[in-house]
Amino acid sequence: MSQGFHLVVCGSIVPDPLQTLEPIQGAEGPALKNEMMLPAVLDPWAGHALYEAAHLAAATPDSKVWLVSLGPRAKLQQLMMTIAPKAAFELVALDGPAGGFTEAWETAEALAECIKTIPGLDRSRLLLFGGCASASRDAGVTMQMVGERLEISDQFLAVDELTPQENGTIRILERIEAGRYQVSECAGPPLVAAWATGRLPEPPNNAQLGMQNMRSIMPALQKAQPARVGAEGVEFLEVEVPKQRRNTRVVEDASVDEMAREIVEWIRK
Amino acid sequence: MERILYLTHTEADGGLSKVALETLTSAVELSRQLSGSTLRLALWGGAIQTAADAVAGCGAEETLGVTGEEFADSRYASDAAAAEALVRAADATFVIAPASARLARTLPGVALRVGGRIDSHVVGMGAAGEGVQIQRWYYRQRMLATMTRSQRPWFVLVDPGLFETWNGEAGSATPRLVEVDLPTPYDRTRVVGIEAAKSQAQTIRPDADLLFVAGAGWTKKQADGQTHVKDAEELILGFLDSAQASLGGSKSMVEQSAEGEDVLSFMSHLNQVGQTGSTPRHAKGLATCCHGEEPHVVGWRFIHERRAINTDPNCGWAQSKADVLYVADAFALTAKVNELLRG
Ligand SMILES: Cc1cc2nc3c(=O)[nH]c(=O)nc-3n(C[C@H](O)[C@H](O)[C@H](O)COP(=O)(O)OP(=O)(O)OC[C@H]3O[C@@H](n4cnc5c(N)ncnc54)[C@H](O)[C@@H]3O)c2cc1C
Repeated sequence: MSQGFHLVVCGSIVPDPLQTLEPIQGAEGPALKNEMMLPAVLDPWAGHALYEAAHLAAATPDSKVWLVSLGPRAKLQQLMMTIAPKAAFELVALDGPAGGFTEAWETAEALAECIKTIPGLDRSRLLLFGGCASASRDAGVTMQMVGERLEISDQFLAVDELTPQENGTIRILERIEAGRYQVSECAGPPLVAAWATGRLPEPPNNAQLGMQNMRSIMPALQKAQPARVGAEGVEFLEVEVPKQRRNTRVVEDASVDEMAREIVEWIRK
Repeated sequence: MERILYLTHTEADGGLSKVALETLTSAVELSRQLSGSTLRLALWGGAIQTAADAVAGCGAEETLGVTGEEFADSRYASDAAAAEALVRAADATFVIAPASARLARTLPGVALRVGGRIDSHVVGMGAAGEGVQIQRWYYRQRMLATMTRSQRPWFVLVDPGLFETWNGEAGSATPRLVEVDLPTPYDRTRVVGIEAAKSQAQTIRPDADLLFVAGAGWTKKQADGQTHVKDAEELILGFLDSAQASLGGSKSMVEQSAEGEDVLSFMSHLNQVGQTGSTPRHAKGLATCCHGEEPHVVGWRFIHERRAINTDPNCGWAQSKADVLYVADAFALTAKVNELLRG
């Protein structure tokens, strides 16, 4: 390949999945109790996309990774401390809400408009990455709409593997039903890949990389444009946390034979 | 007045998948509830006649179709062009589609093209006066919202396992064929095959009654200070075989497998259940050697009856997450269970 890839990864913050979440009625619709105080992490599937992008860029000369994040500026700044040492990227930040009850359509519009203005981005070399769904809205629709707005008509959802071939084509594995993969070959960029977990472990921290990244991250955060993202046209009638507490019966003193009989009875019921 | 469009692709054999037939039930029910609404069907694929005939008795006003070799494969460019043409031809205001991998990939972009909006993971739908309300989950099955929206066309992707499979009368349909404006080239992407995640055994069985989850404990050092991975493999495969269960794994378990340690050879990322895994639907679930932490248990939202085997009486399952927790060594207990199941 004579030219490398321009990799744009869309990814933002979500509440740490170990936290208990409680919905409240906010001024502009539903929100999370103490949303701004909840510890946040990089949206997990978008995180996989970022690590895959960084890996691909490192293996392909003349490539570059941008991370486009729409979230509250202060929370983004905290997040960057944890991800800057993990992957080489340039941050492009948008200051706006990142909660689950915002509309995917509006988020996609903000992201696409922002990507169009990235200086030096060559859209003919673009691999647009993101997660296959967020851990907040969990819709799995945003990346396709960003792709449409950027007029990319080769799109892949729930990707676990993306491999450039010697002839310039790209081989892609997408998760489909019943634990199988669809294998496709795309002629080359531009394309959209919304990632599932991919194949790479979370990279270890590299302090030097972190410092290098932070040099461009701080100005990017200062420059973050406000993004007005809400849920126009949507009316939430109710948001509830379903009761799912069970009265667990703990079987401790029975013999293995007794437990096995009970389990088999239950399976056959 | 809603103009409802039921939209789906056909399968390689020209028929419809289970989730497509379930979603048809939801579309028919909604059109009955919504006074003044109309229902149309739209199908696309390499061949559509078998499917159109199979659902001819559902009471739809009309069936629209796009067919041809170029629409046989699951590929965004041709699928989006077909779906867009069908939605426009039907002048639909409310588009109901099954959440197959193919439609989940295709419809968000189509909704954008036609100036509409889309909601996915829809688990409930009903008439509310003149309008429609849906239910969908947020924050990975942690919150359930009931909502409605003003924009049209409104697309909804309906999750599997929620509605009865449509099984009305077949008939003979004459679909109105719709012209598609395919982009050039439309085939920059070629589908070259379908692969199982791991070749040894087909362990993911979405239609099974029982989900068997294997956690990282299976590959950890046991009371004798040793790991027993080969025994674990045999016990788990033996169980899956005799109980005809589907196999799930915790994140820790599948990641060990991905990292190529001495681990369960048949476990892949696709088996992972939870926050960054799947949320399968089964009547029962049995968790073994899995701690039952919250990011794992969110994937159990649609498992009705839950039991767990763990040596630790204070594991997560004991905290109101399972109906029954057996405090036992999963090796010994699974061996006995397998013996009884076979016997
Ligand atoms: C962003 C994020 C996303 C995540 N997504 C997911 C996800 O999608 N899915 C998921 O599963 N986790 C997920 N996790 C991780 C989750 O928090 C837990 O770390 C993980 O589920 C632990 O896996 P485990 O229970 O198999 O392993 P461990 O925590 O190691 O538990 C092993 C268990 O095995 C038991 N055991 C050992 N030997 C035996 C024996 N002989 N008999 C019976 N019991 C035995 C032990 O008592 C222990 O309870 C996520 C975490 C984060 C931060």
